Amino acid sequence: MSTGWRDEVARVAALARIDLVPDELDRLAGELEVIVQAVAKVSQVVTPDVPATSHPVPLSNVFRLDVPVAPLDRDEVLAGAPEASEGKFVVPQILGEDA
Amino acid sequence: MDDLVRMSATELADALTNGQVSSVEVTQAHLDRIAAVDGAVHAFLHVCDDEALATAREVDRARSAGEDLHPLAGVPVAVKDVVVTHGVPTTAGSRILEGWVPPYDATLVTRIKHARLPILGKTNMDEFAMGSSTEHSGYGDTHNPWDLDRIPGGSGGGSAAAVGAYEAPLAIGTDTGGSIRQPAAVTGTVGAKPTYGSVSRYGLIALASSLDQAGPVTRTVLDAAWLHELIGGHDPLDSTSLTDPVPDLVGAARQGATGDLSGMRVGVVTELGGEGYQPGVLARFSEALELLTAAGAEVVEVSCPHFEYALAAYYLILPAEASSNLARFDGMRYGLRIEPSAGPVTAERVMAATRGQGFGDEVKRRIILGTYALSAGYYDAYYGSAQQVRTLVQRDFSAAYAKADVLVSPTAPTTAFRLGEKLDDPMAMYLNDVATIPANLAGVPGISVPAGLGDDGLPVGFQVLAPVRADDRLYRVGAALEAALESGWGGPLLAQAPELEVAR
Repeated sequence: MSTGWRDEVARVAALARIDLVPDELDRLAGELEVIVQAVAKVSQVVTPDVPATSHPVPLSNVFRLDVPVAPLDRDEVLAGAPEASEGKFVVPQILGEDA
Repeated sequence: MDDLVRMSATELADALTNGQVSSVEVTQAHLDRIAAVDGAVHAFLHVCDDEALATAREVDRARSAGEDLHPLAGVPVAVKDVVVTHGVPTTAGSRILEGWVPPYDATLVTRIKHARLPILGKTNMDEFAMGSSTEHSGYGDTHNPWDLDRIPGGSGGGSAAAVGAYEAPLAIGTDTGGSIRQPAAVTGTVGAKPTYGSVSRYGLIALASSLDQAGPVTRTVLDAAWLHELIGGHDPLDSTSLTDPVPDLVGAARQGATGDLSGMRVGVVTELGGEGYQPGVLARFSEALELLTAAGAEVVEVSCPHFEYALAAYYLILPAEASSNLARFDGMRYGLRIEPSAGPVTAERVMAATRGQGFGDEVKRRIILGTYALSAGYYDAYYGSAQQVRTLVQRDFSAAYAKADVLVSPTAPTTAFRLGEKLDDPMAMYLNDVATIPANLAGVPGISVPAGLGDDGLPVGFQVLAPVRADDRLYRVGAALEAALESGWGGPLLAQAPELEVAR
C-alpha cells in the first residue's frame, strides 16, 4: 500500500467529517486502493455521446397540493435530540474562533 | 387448526375472516415463536408485544362488530429497522441511532396500520442497509434458519430470517442492490423489489435515493402480492412516487398458480450465469427453466453486454449518494453526540467525533469511497462515467425486453456462506449482488423465488425481472414456478429446513 492512498483517505475523511484512528487509516487505504481499481472500469466502456442517467424513472414538475398539514410534534422531535432546551435544539458553537 | 405460525398469510387471512381463529391468537403464536427461537436466529432488534396485541384486539373487536376490514387485517407483519415507526425505536442497524424513537411513520407503515396488521417488531439489517450478510449490523449477526453458522443474506437478513424461521408470516424489506432478493434466495423465502417509485420511500432512512425501494418479504408468491398491493401506490410525500395505479398483483399470482404460461417469453440473460456461479445454483436454474417451458413459456437467450459494468457503476453511485444522505447524521438533531476528547468543541469537530465513533466499518468505507468519487478531479472519471454506464444498462434492458416479456437468472451466485467468511474482503462481499444490481440501476422490478437446494443442501433462488411498471409479470411467472416446483417437492421448500431448537 502506498502512502499516497493513506494521505488520500485522510483527505477524504476530513471532507466527510469522520475521525479515523491510525489503524483505520491504514486499513481503509489498502481497501480503497483495491475498490477504486475495481470500479475504475466504468470509464473503459463509456463514450462522450452516452448521456448520464441520474434517475431510473424520471418524473418532471412534481408538485403536491398547496394545503397546510400538521407539522411533527415539537416535543417528540426534541425528545430524540442529544440536547434540547426551551423548545430548541442545543448545538455546539458553530465557528472555531472566539469560543 | 394447523400450527398458526406455519400457515401462509393468505391462509391466516382466510381463517381470520371465517372466524376460525382470532388475531390475538395468531399474534400471540408469533410472539411465542419469537421468544422460542429468536435467541438463536436474532432476526429482531425490537419486539412490540404490547402494541401488536393491542392492534390484534382492536381487529378482533372490529370484526365481531361487523366492520369492513382489509383482507390482511389481523395478520402480523415484521418491519425492517430502516423504516421509521412512530413511537417504536428505529436504528437502521446503526449505533449512531441507538435508542432513537421516530416522531412519525413511514407511508408504508401508515398503510399497514390503516389496514390493521399488528406490527411484531423491527428486524435486523446491515448498518444503513450496507451489506450482503447482515454482519455489518451494529447489533450483532442474524443467523440463517437453515444453518445457524451461515449468513441470512443482506442487508435485509432479519426480515428474511424472520419469515424463514416462522417468526412472522409477512415482513417488509428494502432493496437498493438486492437487499430483498438476495436474502430471500439464501433463506428459501420469497422477496420482491417493486418498480422504482411504485412504493413510497417517505420514511425510509435513505441509503441511495435513486436506487432504494421497499417491498414484501414472505414465504409464498401470493402473500408477496398481497403485501405489495397493500404498501404500493402513489404518495404525495415522495416526489419520485409514480402516479400509476398498482397493477392487479394478487390476480396475476393466482393466474400464475394455475400453471399456464402460454404466450410468455422468458429471456435468459447470458451475462448472469456461468463463471463465478456454483454448479448447484446453475443446475437448479436450468431445472426451473425446464418447468417454465413445460408450463408453456417460450425460453429465449438475451445478451445484456453492459451488465458486466453494472457492479462497478453501482459501487460508485451508491457510495456517492450514501455519502450525501448520511451527512444528516451530524450529532445535532437525533442520535449519538460525541464531543472531541481534546481541543475546541465546535459543531464540525463534534460531527467528526460522532461519526468516527458511531459509524461501523462498512459505512465508513462507503462514505469514504463516495466522497472520494465525488471530490474535485475525480468526479467525471468515476461518478460521471458510472451514470453513463447506468444509461447503457437501461438500454440493455430495453433491447432485452423487445425479445422477452421477463428476464431470468439465478438470484445470487452462491448459497449462504459461513458467517465471517467474507467479512475481511469487501470486493468478495460486493460480488454477491452481481445478479441483482442491474435491476436497481434501471428501476425495473424483480422477485426471487425458492428454486431448490444447492449441492450443500442450502437454498437457491430464481430471479425474475420485468419491465418498469409490469410488476404483475413477476407474480404470474413466480407463482407458476412455485406451483410447479412445489408439486415436485410435495410441499414448500422451507418444509425441508431443519427444525430450530426451541428455547423454553
